[in-house]
Amino acid sequence: MNAEITQWDRFLASFFDLAVMQKYLPNIVDGFLLTCHLAILIVISGLALGLILAVIRAYEFWLTSWLIVVFADVMRALPPLVFILLLYFGLPGVGLNLSGYAATYVTLTLVLAAFSEEIFRAGILATPKGQWEAARSTGLGFGQSLAYVIMPQAIRMTVPPLTNRTIAIAKNTALGTVVGVGEILNQATTGQSFSGNASPLVLGALAYLILFIPVVIFGRWVETRFAWRRT
Amino acid sequence: MEFILQNFFNWDIVTQAWPLLLRGFGMTLILMAAVIPVGCIGGLTVALLGQSRFRAVRWMTIIYVDFFRAFPPLVLLIFIYAGLPFAGIDLPAIVSVCLAFLLNSSAYYGEVFRAGIESVGTGQAEAARSTGLSGFQTTTYVVLPQAIRNVLPDLVSNTLEVAKLTSLASVVALPELLYSADMARSVTFNATPIVMAAVLYLVLLWPLVRLLSRIEHGSMSSR
Repeated sequence: MNAEITQWDRFLASFFDLAVMQKYLPNIVDGFLLTCHLAILIVISGLALGLILAVIRAYEFWLTSWLIVVFADVMRALPPLVFILLLYFGLPGVGLNLSGYAATYVTLTLVLAAFSEEIFRAGILATPKGQWEAARSTGLGFGQSLAYVIMPQAIRMTVPPLTNRTIAIAKNTALGTVVGVGEILNQATTGQSFSGNASPLVLGALAYLILFIPVVIFGRWVETRFAWRRT
Repeated sequence: MEFILQNFFNWDIVTQAWPLLLRGFGMTLILMAAVIPVGCIGGLTVALLGQSRFRAVRWMTIIYVDFFRAFPPLVLLIFIYAGLPFAGIDLPAIVSVCLAFLLNSSAYYGEVFRAGIESVGTGQAEAARSTGLSGFQTTTYVVLPQAIRNVLPDLVSNTLEVAKLTSLASVVALPELLYSADMARSVTFNATPIVMAAVLYLVLLWPLVRLLSRIEHGSMSSR
């Protein structure tokens, strides 16, 4: 009986030490803000780049299409961590010094651009041919048809897969910890090794749940809403 | 140009690092062969529990799935690897990796299988039961084959993600491909080993990406 109580106490002291938590809370909050800020930047630039690439590819010029396919295939096949390490450790060798933050930002932006280009592309291809023909026959040019007729329909179709992919890539900001970006995971593991206590890890876990549970639930909502519209 | 070759495609370093990287590649293959089936079976279990008659069980699976989808996989892995020893549980790196993958990918595969099962009309199950098949037979022979066919693109896409995720094991010092490459890099002060790892990943995963592109385009146009 007595032994049980001490074990429970030891468990509480290693995972929920309030003094340790209080000490490292400001660091975790800093990490939280950095994660948010990095994720938002990646989502905006990744989706914008993906959309631009999909539009360029819609022109079906062989050279640009081929380059975009190669880019999208490589970025989808490579584990993001490999690319982050390549930028972070490889570029200084050719005189370009990239911070861990920049390496993570560039990598995840390119990965999101590759995936979203493919999704936008699928949306463009799925828009019925008659839409193109009708738009062109009213006197709209190729670019105008794409911008005012095809893209609005294509984008609506791509919302559910795009949302899920974007969420998955936003979570990959945690990879930045490997190259010393002070985001949540980095702050949590640093706190853990300084204090010799697992409480900062628990705080970090809570920070991720607070950040991503609403996002996951939002993703679920988007999926059902757009599925309902389609029928 | 010379400079770039020297730093990224240095042949001397390629020949030196090759044996180490090959061993790492073998470990990566073993890891994939372990975690993909484990994730699939876990996900199938989660999806079938999600169809349970009991509301409490259905709610538990939703909470389980959302909880583990909210954690970045690397966070889960590090918490298992660095956190559990504080509770007196010391796991070897490979067990930590498998546990993290089981929790993470069973949640993702679970969602894919759930969507598949729900895409099969209830009439199919009712018809199967009325011909005298048991509940288990109905699920295995009637519902699941159609469910899996309906979500094949998502299944392939998720498997690609899980395959890429094995590179995270390098963070907990499991000597797979990326870990070996990074070790060779830190010894030689040259990025060539990481380029080699990237090429090996491409050789292995590019066919899967191509396959995915083909079936994905098909699926959105047929909607």
